[in-house]
Amino acid sequence: MRRLPATVALVSALVLLAACTEKPQTNAHGVRLDAAPWTGTGTKPDTGTAFTASGWQIGDRSSWEQHLKTRAQNQNEYNRIN
Amino acid sequence: MARMKFVCDSERCIECNGCVTACKNENEVPWGVNRRRVVTLNDGVPGERSISVACMHCSDAPCMAVCPVQCFYRTEEGVVLHDKDVCIGCGYCSYACPFGAPQFPSQGTFGARGKMDKCTFCAGGPEENGSQAEFEKYGRNRLAEGKLPACAEMCSTKALLAGDGDVVADIFRTRVVHRGKGAEVWGWGTAYGSQTAGTPTNGVTK
Repeated sequence: MRRLPATVALVSALVLLAACTEKPQTNAHGVRLDAAPWTGTGTKPDTGTAFTASGWQIGDRSSWEQHLKTRAQNQNEYNRIN
Repeated sequence: MARMKFVCDSERCIECNGCVTACKNENEVPWGVNRRRVVTLNDGVPGERSISVACMHCSDAPCMAVCPVQCFYRTEEGVVLHDKDVCIGCGYCSYACPFGAPQFPSQGTFGARGKMDKCTFCAGGPEENGSQAEFEKYGRNRLAEGKLPACAEMCSTKALLAGDGDVVADIFRTRVVHRGKGAEVWGWGTAYGSQTAGTPTNGVTK
């Protein structure tokens, strides 16, 4: 009998807190995914187009990431004019 | 690399709508749809503020959570995209999004909704990168060309920043330190560890 209040409290807590969980938001199964951006836009592997920015190696992820970080710094005019 | 993010600096935005125009032009966005909009608070009142708003590519995206056909997906760079071949145009994402990012072309018969259209962070869609099909459905894939979104690169005052979240946050922090104000904004402590981190005090940064 002494366990009854504790059991009731435990069950109540489980019911009340059931909606407080958060499921991880991962891509659903079967969703069509995009090709990685560092693979470029060319029709042949490792080639770009006339629109591809120079300064990075197509197909090389770290090169692409570094290029975008460098390019993003163009938005920082404290680097450019001050 | 951190997630790709947009930040709009309301101290700098002059409501020129250059970002809106750049987006429409770059992606040939259909009539009636604005993937990006400039919102002005207290319009006409001294101290008014403007901010450029589009899809914020949420880390826990409500649109993605409510979509009944699961047409959304997130890339490794944190860009939230969708597959127009799967979208049924129900509009749930539009109601769920706090920024009004998902929009629908409205030239259909009896005002019927078409496929949802939203900001892609200039990253195209699930079609082949740089293909004609990708361009017609989603617009340009500038990320795969080694470029950043046109709206931010076109911004004349550099109010709108886009790119790697760490880099963008660093640029914004530098501005605040130089301005000598702005560290009191909501979320500063979350971003930089404490409410006083990076706050300029007598010209010296903590």
